[in-house]
Amino acid sequence: MNFLQTVGRVFLGFLAAAGRLSIFTISAVGHCLRPPFYFRIIGKQMIEIGYYSLPVVGLTAVFAGMVLALQSYTGFARFSAEGAIANVVVLSITRELGPVLAGLMVAGRIGAAMAAEIGTMRVTEQIDALTTLSTNPMKYLVAPRLIAGFTMMPLLVLVADIIGVFGGYLVAVHKLGFNPSNYIQNTMNFLEFSDVFSGLVKASVFGFIVTLMGCYHGYHSKGGAQGVGMATTNAVVSASILILCSDYVLTEIFFSK
Amino acid sequence: MVDNQHPMIRVKNLCKSFGAKTVLNGVDLEVAEGESVVIIGGSGTGKSVLIKCIQGLLTPDSGTIEINGENVIGMKTADRERVNSQIGMLFQAAALFDSLPVWENVAFGLLSEKRATRSEARDIAIQKLALVGLDAKLADVSPADLSGGMQKRVGLARAIASDPEILFFDEPTTGLDPIMADVINNLIVAVNQKVGATALTITHDMQSAKKIGDRVAMLYQGKIVWAGPAEDVDNSGNPYIDQFIHGRIEGPIQTAVRA
Repeated sequence: MNFLQTVGRVFLGFLAAAGRLSIFTISAVGHCLRPPFYFRIIGKQMIEIGYYSLPVVGLTAVFAGMVLALQSYTGFARFSAEGAIANVVVLSITRELGPVLAGLMVAGRIGAAMAAEIGTMRVTEQIDALTTLSTNPMKYLVAPRLIAGFTMMPLLVLVADIIGVFGGYLVAVHKLGFNPSNYIQNTMNFLEFSDVFSGLVKASVFGFIVTLMGCYHGYHSKGGAQGVGMATTNAVVSASILILCSDYVLTEIFFSK
Repeated sequence: MVDNQHPMIRVKNLCKSFGAKTVLNGVDLEVAEGESVVIIGGSGTGKSVLIKCIQGLLTPDSGTIEINGENVIGMKTADRERVNSQIGMLFQAAALFDSLPVWENVAFGLLSEKRATRSEARDIAIQKLALVGLDAKLADVSPADLSGGMQKRVGLARAIASDPEILFFDEPTTGLDPIMADVINNLIVAVNQKVGATALTITHDMQSAKKIGDRVAMLYQGKIVWAGPAEDVDNSGNPYIDQFIHGRIEGPIQTAVRA
């Protein structure tokens, strides 16, 4: 009996959380679409997400491209298919590693910061203060962050794609002795628009997930410093898991086309 | 004393529970226009919950709340925002937006309701800062760099910035030294007189209550157990009030000390 009770309680808790998140998401998206828009804040968040994440995302991308070239060389050399390295690098980066790695890095950088900021505003009554000043906190705090998230992530990933492919080029040309123009030729030959585009769609979804999780956990945090810490952890963990799950789902959708 | 035709705030039979814990259990309260009412009561007696219900930050389980004759429970968001624009609030810990400089904090309501351009709003903010005794030099400082007393003053300036008809003060003197507490009390009295607003204060600081309030109401176990003019507090003959203002452990109020 006790076991059943526990299972039931966990299940009900899960349903309640899913419901809360759904309501929050619908409300947040509604506020993204309806005016007034806080352009000043949207701009500030865009710079925070798009510009200040460049170094960390760029570094991740360049090393991912480099290690990809090295690893695929090890594999392909066993059956003399070294020529396919350029192809493997560019497809993996644009379709998969660019958006996923950038998404995870941004989850750590931006999702955590958002949860901490909004969570602190919650526990210090700043969110209540917004309401009393006739400002809807969903519109003022959440909507600008979501808008910035799903518009800036594709741009960020586009840059990451280029840097990642360049990382592969560096290793292939300077370490593995490939001919530079051949390598670039191979890269371009096999790359299709849909490869890049599917990666950018993923990036947009990931940007939405990261900012949504950051805002949701921050918004619902309670209980002082400890609560804010927990909100931050939950934001990063849930965003990372959701990124990886939705990555599979999105890939499945793009494959079936 | 209370004009029953048009009280500014009328709360009737208000109830609010959190899970199994009943916080408000049938609160009745009226605040007339221009009057200053102070609600006293121990920690955890639901003073903050009451004020949050009136502001629409919490939804009560039952009962009615009328502000300026309008029932505000179940109001649409847009109407609620219109009502809220007549209300100014000073939060316990000031709740200033630390991402904005002092002047934007003060002018926040004006800017969000587009009642002023940025440069006009800045001028108004500096005027309001002067009203609470703060220098214009502080306008561009971040609120995090101010002392607690100064933050309270900025919070007060923000509360009065859009010339509200109703002012709420949530424990205005908590966490301040006695002198700064008196400064804030005097400011509140002066501001109330100046803007002619209706004021509702919650506090457990009796000195502050007597200074700010025209009328005092005591909240205990989710109900108003006594209400009367501020000058009668000392000889009310009510055992709850007596115990509270003298800070005795013995009496009708069962505090959490024993729990």
